[in-house]
Amino acid sequence: MNDILGKPIDRVDGKLKVSGGATYSAEYFPKNMVYGVLVLSTISKGRIRNIDTNQAERVKGVVGIMTYKNSMSLHFPQGTDPGSGKYAEKDLLPLQNDRIYYDGQVIAAVMAETFEKAEYAAKLVKVDYETESPIFDLKTNISKSYKPSSGGSQLQLKRGDADAALQSADVKMEQTYTTPVYHHNAMEPHASVAEWNGDQLMVYDATQAVSGVKSLLVSMLGLLPEKVKVVSLFIGGGFGSKGFTWPNPIVTVMAAKMVKRPVKLVLSRQQMFTTAGRRSETIQKIALASNSSGKLTAIKHDTISESSFVDEFVETAGLATSMLYSCPNVEISHSLVRLNKVTPCPTRAPGEAPGTYAIEAAMDELAYQLKMDPIQLRLVNYAEMDEQRQKKFSSKNLKECYQRGADAIGWSQRSPEPKSMREGNYLVGYGMATATYLANRVASAAKATLYADGHAEILSATQDIGTGTYTIMTQIAAEALGLPVDRVTVKLGDSDYPRAANSGGSQVTASVGPPIRAAALGVIAKLISLAVSDTASPLHGHKEEDIIADNGRIYVKNHTDRGESYTELLNRKGLQKLEAQAKTNVSTRDPQGANPAPTGGVDAAAEEESKTNPAVQEDQNVDRKLYSFHSFGAQFVKVLVDPDLGTVKVDKAVAVMDVGKILNLKTAKSQIMGGMIFGIGMALLEGTAYDPNNGRVVTRDLAQYLVPVNADMPQFDIQFIDKPDPYISPIGAKGIGEIGITGMTAAVVNAIYHATGKRVRDLPVTLDKLI
Amino acid sequence: MEPFKLIHPNDQHTAIASSGGANVKFIAGGTNLVDLMKLDIEKPAQLVDINSLKLQTIETLSNGNVRIGALVKNSDLAYHPVIMKNYPVLSEALLSGASPQIRNMATVGGNLLQRTRCPYFYDTSFPCNKRVPGSGCSAINGYNRMNAILGTSSQCIATHPSDMCVAMAALGAIVHVEGLRGKREIPFHEFHLLPGQTPQYETTLKHGELITAVEIPAIPYAAKSHYLKVRDRHSYEFALASAAVILNVVNGRIQTARVALGGVGTRPWRAVLAEKVLTGALANEQTYRTAAEAALSEAKPHKDNAFKIELAKRTLVRALKTVGGMS
Ligand SMILES: Cc1cc2nc3c(=O)[nH]c(=O)nc-3n(C[C@H](O)[C@H](O)[C@H](O)COP(=O)(O)OP(=O)(O)OC[C@H]3O[C@@H](n4cnc5c(N)ncnc54)[C@H](O)[C@@H]3O)c2cc1C
Ligand code: SF4
Repeated sequence: MNDILGKPIDRVDGKLKVSGGATYSAEYFPKNMVYGVLVLSTISKGRIRNIDTNQAERVKGVVGIMTYKNSMSLHFPQGTDPGSGKYAEKDLLPLQNDRIYYDGQVIAAVMAETFEKAEYAAKLVKVDYETESPIFDLKTNISKSYKPSSGGSQLQLKRGDADAALQSADVKMEQTYTTPVYHHNAMEPHASVAEWNGDQLMVYDATQAVSGVKSLLVSMLGLLPEKVKVVSLFIGGGFGSKGFTWPNPIVTVMAAKMVKRPVKLVLSRQQMFTTAGRRSETIQKIALASNSSGKLTAIKHDTISESSFVDEFVETAGLATSMLYSCPNVEISHSLVRLNKVTPCPTRAPGEAPGTYAIEAAMDELAYQLKMDPIQLRLVNYAEMDEQRQKKFSSKNLKECYQRGADAIGWSQRSPEPKSMREGNYLVGYGMATATYLANRVASAAKATLYADGHAEILSATQDIGTGTYTIMTQIAAEALGLPVDRVTVKLGDSDYPRAANSGGSQVTASVGPPIRAAALGVIAKLISLAVSDTASPLHGHKEEDIIADNGRIYVKNHTDRGESYTELLNRKGLQKLEAQAKTNVSTRDPQGANPAPTGGVDAAAEEESKTNPAVQEDQNVDRKLYSFHSFGAQFVKVLVDPDLGTVKVDKAVAVMDVGKILNLKTAKSQIMGGMIFGIGMALLEGTAYDPNNGRVVTRDLAQYLVPVNADMPQFDIQFIDKPDPYISPIGAKGIGEIGITGMTAAVVNAIYHATGKRVRDLPVTLDKLI
Repeated sequence: MEPFKLIHPNDQHTAIASSGGANVKFIAGGTNLVDLMKLDIEKPAQLVDINSLKLQTIETLSNGNVRIGALVKNSDLAYHPVIMKNYPVLSEALLSGASPQIRNMATVGGNLLQRTRCPYFYDTSFPCNKRVPGSGCSAINGYNRMNAILGTSSQCIATHPSDMCVAMAALGAIVHVEGLRGKREIPFHEFHLLPGQTPQYETTLKHGELITAVEIPAIPYAAKSHYLKVRDRHSYEFALASAAVILNVVNGRIQTARVALGGVGTRPWRAVLAEKVLTGALANEQTYRTAAEAALSEAKPHKDNAFKIELAKRTLVRALKTVGGMS
């Protein structure tokens, strides 16, 4: 084969993106289109007594105003797939009644000829509220916490008797770690363009799940699936906020129906802080017990997070703790408090990001308490298997990650005492932590077409949310098709294509790679079988298994000259193209998990054809029930802290990741680096501020909600173990989109402790907490 | 955004003549005004674009003072050789603000008039005395981590966000303005107002008056000066505390001190009390600390920003050390 897997090739869509040629959802302009602007509630609880649109309607250019009084009625979504574009507000359909459950709830949409007019008119909509007193603060409402009904048995876990072990332990560490609300802040805002043609509906939507949005529209508006098409060709980041579906695309479609013209609706940056999800605040209580040599005897991890009054979402912060270390007595719990705020939703590494921060900071505290090297503590408690599920890991090379990471950061030069190292005027600190994230894989399908001119096309209804999916799928297809990458076009982000994984849970590479590979191999198999049965072919009469495909030719193994090109064969046979479809039904996700795998609905044709595709069979015949699928990594950080001013500079950051086979070193490094930058943000800067008196969001833009900028960047050293996982798929790649953030936050916080001797448990570690 | 008219006069006279109306505003770089218009905080009916006026030069006057045209871009000013050499405090202050893109658009005149970053001021669904006089102040009992600790009132605790103005305050600049009634010169410490009972009034500039230039006095020892800005992230962020320090130290003794603080005051904060301590004292840590204590002696914290008192002191001590050294 042509050895393209793993090569750090440039993004196949890079030129389009930097030259403005990549069309994002807000960049479609169907004829006759009008602009929609949302009006949002400015109270957190109550009802609309009166909504007066008279003044707004009189603005020249306004073509319609939709409120609960005149909007079409909707159905609650039925039977749609919770793992794929789930509707984010289970109990609240947009614009159906006068009730207000949170600040920023959609209460009207104004449509006008220009954006400016719609915006201006939206400000003139007068709302008279009947206000009730909301509950909005997690910390002061812990008494209202309850154990969630969703999420099943994974949320409350127990093995052994942690309480008893804690009681009798030699060494104990009990602390509470808190993380604030985070907002995703993708560069691209949520955007939709909807166009009706009779009963035919076309929607361009910035989403991590085109099929999910389609099935929601079908269900909520009572449409026929074949009449609805959802497209999302390029996405400027989602980080989970576009993983669930918020009211905006639904309202856009309703508005287009109402004004009988195409409608474009883009959320403003301010609106994204109230109306498109967030990561919940967490309060995490951790208790660790060990013997005097550091062997863990008990772990307890109790998480309280927020939910809303219109849906339920659990920030599963304790999940990773259940398998991270070897320990006989473990207890994990998750509780929720309902607040009058927009429902939380997945945010890059949902659960693991705040969860590994807490458990890995706690492990660091225990190490200092034991006067033990933090790496050594982790080695003493190394988990050879997933002890909670009593399964082997599909692959785990974490010890090598620790070793290589320690070498790269210069761990051996670290003097263990806190506040013992200096460089000039700065205190120096080193910190480390374990990174982990689920290695998810779900059912997916794809179609491959080889054309007589020698180029190939792949179709699959997953999406590239900016991570490089187009590029690595091109590499996977090119390798299987025996074609150079520039002869392969991968098309994604269209609900008409074979249904595939939503872009969440770090699952796209592992889920969609295999059916693309299988479909591509299916085409080659058809090609070879054509050749061997064609008397005019130099391959006539050869055994199919002796023939290989490479560089646009099929030939007899070890006899490059005995063969012909794809184009010769297809042209001679008078075929314009050859097609194959594949669907893999593999899921590594725990069916009891909070986010179960998609089931059903994928193209029946792909399903049928897959029965005879050896690549699919080989893949599906692996018994995955025996294994626990996770990615791992070790992250190391060196910080410089100004002892007087409390400012922290992350000087160097190392990650050594065990994420299976690396498909493209360049995009892989970018993913891990992006995750690590998220971690720096969590550790030092990020957090949404709410008004303490009414619970409404105060920091609503990127000047107030701080994310790291270039000047905050350390020197990065990102390495991979790069060993294929033998069980996840024939490709052996696990996802890498989220694991980079896990571990990083704790590594920074642990390094700050080492530098200063100050342990800050309430994120972010801003300078006021260090002076 | 409210609909508005935009005119582009070519000369100063026409610009000033067109600015008399009640709801008329000048627009320079637009980096602050346009944002505020988009958010319906500023709602001018007419904008007078002043970018064609001849106010773009930096010149050294015969008395040694430097006159900076109101339309000089923040970046051009920061990198001007005379400023870099003779007034590093000003150059550093400018370069610590915003981002290169914004500095390339932002003007000296606009910087003097930029409005607060108090988050409640930015959201029209919250009460705010500065935006809607008499509606109340959401910050006093609200989220106020970024708000001021000096010069606050019961009506408003908004921080003046400018870095450049802190350096200008220390330098004792003079603001040149011209209106329909003629020209005026306003000493820097009389330019910005304390919020008092009327936080909606922020400067002594009269409606329709155009800022034409800012004049910086010749201060030979200002070549040894420094601006230190402390903030949550390392760039592209407003100050939690900052200090502009100009010291004339002769034989280990401070002859003259010019000190101003940023990020903590409701206006660019000339630290007169600190200057008193410093003048005539030995240039050492003890003096610096005493001066810092004096500078913050009148500080009033709120729920989330008490840390600024100690932070501002340490920031000032560090800046004093950097300029004055230790004898
Ligand atoms: C994201 C961001 C970050 C920033 N960070 C910082 C920072 O860290 N530190 C800092 O100091 N600043 C910062 N700024 C503010 C920036 O310095 C100001 O926006 C800029 O200086 C304003 O200048 P301008 O020419 O664009 O003013 P405009 O926006 O054009 O005008 C501002 C005001 O001044 C009036 N005006 C302008 N020129 C004149 C004149 N000649 N006469 C009379 N009135 C006039 C206008 O009518 C308007 O009311 C930041 C801005 C942004 C957007
Ligand atoms: S501090 Fe000033 S600007 Fe902020 S809310 Fe109060 S009155 Fe408005």
